[in-house]
Amino acid sequence: MERGSREYALWSIGLLLVLLFALIPVLWIISLSLKTPATITEGTSFWDRFIPQDVTFDNYTTLFEGGLDDSPFIAPLINSILIALITTVIAIVLAAFAAYAIARLDFPGKALILAGALAIAMFPAISTVGPLFDMWRALGLYDTYPGLIIPYLTFSLPLAIYTLVAFFREIPWDLEYAAAVDGATPFQAFRKVIVPLAAPGVFTAAILVFIFAWNDFLFAISLTSSDASRTVPAALAFFTGESQFTQPTGNIAAAAVIVTVPIIIFVLFFQRRIVAGLTAGAVKG
Amino acid sequence: MEAGTAPAGKITARTRSERRLGWLLCAPAVIAMLLVTAYPIGYAIVLSLQEVDLRFPEEGGWAGLSNYESVLTSGLWWQDLFNTLFITVISVAIELALGMIIALVMYRAIFGRGLVRTAVLIPYGIVTVVAAFSWFYAFSPDTGFVNNLPLIADDKAWFGERFSSFAVIIMAEVWKTTPFMALLLLAGLTTIDDGLYEAAKVDGASAWQRFWRITLPLMKPAILVALLFRTLDAFRIFDTIFIMTRGAQDTESVSILGFNQLISRLNLGLGSAVSVLIFICVLIIAFLFVRGLGVRMAEGRPGT
Repeated sequence: MERGSREYALWSIGLLLVLLFALIPVLWIISLSLKTPATITEGTSFWDRFIPQDVTFDNYTTLFEGGLDDSPFIAPLINSILIALITTVIAIVLAAFAAYAIARLDFPGKALILAGALAIAMFPAISTVGPLFDMWRALGLYDTYPGLIIPYLTFSLPLAIYTLVAFFREIPWDLEYAAAVDGATPFQAFRKVIVPLAAPGVFTAAILVFIFAWNDFLFAISLTSSDASRTVPAALAFFTGESQFTQPTGNIAAAAVIVTVPIIIFVLFFQRRIVAGLTAGAVKG
Repeated sequence: MEAGTAPAGKITARTRSERRLGWLLCAPAVIAMLLVTAYPIGYAIVLSLQEVDLRFPEEGGWAGLSNYESVLTSGLWWQDLFNTLFITVISVAIELALGMIIALVMYRAIFGRGLVRTAVLIPYGIVTVVAAFSWFYAFSPDTGFVNNLPLIADDKAWFGERFSSFAVIIMAEVWKTTPFMALLLLAGLTTIDDGLYEAAKVDGASAWQRFWRITLPLMKPAILVALLFRTLDAFRIFDTIFIMTRGAQDTESVSILGFNQLISRLNLGLGSAVSVLIFICVLIIAFLFVRGLGVRMAEGRPGT
């Protein structure tokens, strides 16, 4: 394709539109987070509004003021990170065992497990919120880490299992046979041969599970009541201004940027793997 | 495996140990998945048949179908069901069209395919609540920039009216989920044999004809599966509405209604009836897709 041709120009415009479409809300929330309270409602033109006229980092520093006890943000941030990480580790271990069995072993009920996982992926989360709220209060799991980790596991396992099964099916069979010939048990074949080959798939599934747990809002506001386990998305919905006359807009924007930018960097860095993971097995070739 | 096809009654030790290992490896995941779905939905049905209001714990008892009667005879349930279906149908339709365009753009990329793929992954990675806040502040008249754009009234109160609220809510949903749709469709596109296009070109088919006669029919299974998953996902809409309007201006979805009854009003009986009805709606939608449109579920996979 030559530069300057009509098709080249059209394609460039299309590319620019897609980029703008994807980036505007991100640039906008960063811009909001850098505005002073006085200028947040000012500006009469698009550019005056979109670009901060008076840059400040106060919205960020005030988020962390008061340390763990008084900051409205530190505890939820720690909760979000730990809950998402623990969910990811457990989900990947359980999913890897199941996916290995489904991809490699012959046993009745395999199709049923895959169909069941698919059904759970379509399950409306709100239908479980009421019973969980009641059960967790009776079991002492309400407003605790396990209280959130358990439902996150349930709803991220289908995604993890399907992603891993797709990756595991790509792994050459022969190596496992070779291990068996050398006297390895099925478990040794799994641990010594499959695990190293499966690492990229495992890593991809882990990213997808982490994003899922990091993103949840419904369980987070329904099954928590305090900083003991409330995660950032839920905490954002409860942010208040420093006084009754100030809006928390700047703080919300700053907190939003803090939980967004690391994920974006992560996603950009591992984009090939994420795309492969999201579409693996989506369509049978 | 050959051992697995041995006649019944003559199962070898190797087969038996393989089966046992298979079940053993799957058991933890299966239990974890059932723990928070099968048991709670059963419990929700039990709760929905009782009078359980945590604000009045001493009252209660068997209520029969009266909770369902209250929900189904209330205007609110039907209004919220309409809202949810309205948002679902419009946003999924836009996502399909936009997702198809982005997929075709990525497929026929002249340059910058990696750049587009990177760009579309950004919405996928962003927390829904964060995206909802960003769009909310963008459209809000006192903080936003949207009203300063040409052709839009400076004082347009987007969240002061029902259908303008829906417009912003649908926009935020489309922004967040189109990338996933585009990636699924792109995966479908890449399975089509290029030779078919070449042959059609030789026969004089236009680009438009090639799209309608080759691309669409061959992608039908992939499109239907993507549509089913996106439809059921959109039907669960909660985060965006909660952040933007909390259901004000009659913009409540069924999930918000369930949440209000269960968590805000602590009326577990009534709220569980709403939960069970939402579950039944999802079953009906899935049934319609599978029976009516012939979605082959075996080709599907879980998404977000």
